[in-house]
Amino acid sequence: MPDILRGGAILLAVLAVAALPLLADGYWLSIAVTIMMYTALSTSWALFSGPTHYIALSTGAFYGIGGYLVATGMSDFGTSFWTMMAIAPFVAALLAGAIGIATLRLSGVYFVIFTLGLAEMIRNLVSWVQNNFLGSKGLYVLTELEERHIYWMLLAVTLAVFLFGWRLGRSRMGFALRILGNDEEVARHVGIDTARTKVLLFMTTGFFAALVGAIVAPRYYYIEPNVVFSPELSFLVVIMALLGGTRRLYGPLLGVIPFTLLWEVVSASFPSATTMVLGLAFLLIVYLIPDGVTGLIGKLRKRSVP
Amino acid sequence: MDVVISGLLLGGAYALVAMGLNLQYGVARIMNLANGEILILGGLAAFWAFVSFGLSPLLTLVIVAPLAFIGSWAMYKLLLRPLVRRAKTRGQLEVDSILATFGISFFLVGVMVSLRAEYFTYSFLATPVHLLGTTVAANRLVAALIAAAIGGALYLWLNRSRPGMAVRAVAVSPEAAGLVGINVDRVSAFAFALGGAVTALGGCLISTFVTLDASSGVLFTMKALIIVIMGGVGDIRGAIIAALILGLVETAVASIIDPGLTLVAAYAIFLAVLLFRPQGLFGQGNA
Repeated sequence: MPDILRGGAILLAVLAVAALPLLADGYWLSIAVTIMMYTALSTSWALFSGPTHYIALSTGAFYGIGGYLVATGMSDFGTSFWTMMAIAPFVAALLAGAIGIATLRLSGVYFVIFTLGLAEMIRNLVSWVQNNFLGSKGLYVLTELEERHIYWMLLAVTLAVFLFGWRLGRSRMGFALRILGNDEEVARHVGIDTARTKVLLFMTTGFFAALVGAIVAPRYYYIEPNVVFSPELSFLVVIMALLGGTRRLYGPLLGVIPFTLLWEVVSASFPSATTMVLGLAFLLIVYLIPDGVTGLIGKLRKRSVP
Repeated sequence: MDVVISGLLLGGAYALVAMGLNLQYGVARIMNLANGEILILGGLAAFWAFVSFGLSPLLTLVIVAPLAFIGSWAMYKLLLRPLVRRAKTRGQLEVDSILATFGISFFLVGVMVSLRAEYFTYSFLATPVHLLGTTVAANRLVAALIAAAIGGALYLWLNRSRPGMAVRAVAVSPEAAGLVGINVDRVSAFAFALGGAVTALGGCLISTFVTLDASSGVLFTMKALIIVIMGGVGDIRGAIIAALILGLVETAVASIIDPGLTLVAAYAIFLAVLLFRPQGLFGQGNA
């Protein structure tokens, strides 16, 4: 019975969220799109980095691949938005698989370092290819899509990420992942192929990040590699996910909403202070709320119920 | 020949920076991702002293070294040691120190942007010198020579002196070093501070021939990390050779193909190292 109630409540909540573009437009709708985008990105980030403790800074790179493929496909090769949107996630997943195979066998530091410069490296490579072989510099993404369509598509992706995370938590692979996160040595001894598990899950974050990047591309109209391959995005996603907490599926959401609002205010009113805010956010998380908001709530609950 | 000479000169400066990072990661076991920002701070100091007081960057070195030493020491004691104490496992420390040093790195970039948002442009010893049949700028040559002198002194100190031996002992095994009466805590703090000082000196030197700005630190962090991994963590000799290789390859790619591809070249090297020699050029164990 409570399961049905719970299901009903979730359904109602989803419908309410989906109805939002009917009520809000302009500024608030654009904030809602941003929140939806970061929710999809942070939740899918947390599915991999939460249990494995590998801090992936590759979100910006995959997001950029999604946006850039859509732009170059439409401007240079005349393909449709929908075709490119369908292709981009698979390209990113393949790249993530290759990166995973090269780095995830080794210690976590190597992986962090590799992903740290990834967005910038791909940006340099793409700009070089663009300038020398493809000729055209400006890439246009002109579609009929309005802000609210983008919002609904992102909502669908977010729901897919949640559904995937929920299924994962109940699957053999999710179980393997939890063991792996607690002790990789133990995981290996009970017969879990740790490298394969990590690589597969990393591929899903690449897939979703590129999908989000592709969907959001029409928001830019005009795309340059500098715009979509943003290292800053990778850090924002990490901060939001950790701020919310990665132990629960809904954790990142609790980080995304406040931080997106804060980030809007800071970048609008104090644009020169954005980097410092990023730094302070990292320090705040590490020193004061290492388990995120969800961890904090859990701790308070335990204290009030003796 | 042009490429070889200027590649080697660039590699010399990289080697110094990688040595600093190596001391921090190899001995104090802190992956310091704010390393590049310490470098830029050194460059900013050299720029500021030169523009405001007409002070030669070579004199600024003498002032920057103790300041960076104290600053890095305080950073270790106040911010990073609490994480070392809190961590239950090596993995936990790794994650915490990565996040904390990212925080420090962004914070420092923010501070430097508010101090100076433009490029640190100044001209010091920009005179041509003829060397082995090719022409290089005097500042590059001087920077590489000083880097070699500092690096050589550090190498001798680590390998020939008793305190240097204590540092190497902690690098090999903190537990065993503690058993033979080495104050591991103090040596770690010292190594971290020394690493910071060496990195800042590298920044001073690099600023004489590369135009830096407040946000270019992360690129140097990347390069130093690639060098340290390629040379093998804790291996000074390996780091020097790796730095020279990176300097050569970058210069070659920049002059033959396209200057925009230096990071791509660095990544190609990094990938090759990860695939074929993850334990470093001269390493034997498993990574």
